[in-house]
Amino acid sequence: MTFRHLTASNPPTSRDGVRQERSKTDSLSRCGIAVAVLLGGAMALAGCISVNAPDKPIVIELNINIKQEVIYRLAEDVKQNIEANPEIF
Amino acid sequence: MKHLVQLSLRRWSILAGAAALAATGVASPVWAQRDPAYAAARAAGQIGEKPDGYLGVVGGASPDVRALVDKINIQRRANYTQRASAQNATVEEYAFTQGCILIQRTAPGEKYQAPGGGWQTRGSGAPERDPRCP
Repeated sequence: MTFRHLTASNPPTSRDGVRQERSKTDSLSRCGIAVAVLLGGAMALAGCISVNAPDKPIVIELNINIKQEVIYRLAEDVKQNIEANPEIF
Repeated sequence: MKHLVQLSLRRWSILAGAAALAATGVASPVWAQRDPAYAAARAAGQIGEKPDGYLGVVGGASPDVRALVDKINIQRRANYTQRASAQNATVEEYAFTQGCILIQRTAPGEKYQAPGGGWQTRGSGAPERDPRCP
């Protein structure tokens, strides 16, 4: 209501200009709704991907990059390391 | 002549020292070579092994214990860096693997950190370790 009042009483814009603008915004918003509905439908079909904040400390997240095969490869050297440097273990 | 005697004596002492070292290395466990302060703090449960390959302070320990942990962790870091590059691995990978084995080798009564982050006391059974540990 106030929007209409304001635009109607706005001196620099003519009534036609206002009408044109209004119809333009109307079609734009309609288009936007259609796109949103389409996108929503597409997302619903594809299945929602929810991203949750991690509840574990970031330190543990870093460890996930370490692969088990690497650990198995290093296991023997690590044992020899204890024998070679007992004072730090 | 005097020089020769001194030389041979020195050689003998070196040989004797090496023999003694070898003997203790075989007879006693590796842990016998730990710094006594470190061994005591470990046995008292003030210091524990972490899964990342470093030592951690359990609870509110004294500044001396903290300093000791920091000192050994710096030495470990240097050691891991050197060994990791020789094995074409990252320091983190090497340290993590070392952590797996160190937790596995904790003695009953010693502290270690479980994958969840909580401190555990090693019992007679297997310790709680990361599933990737060998």
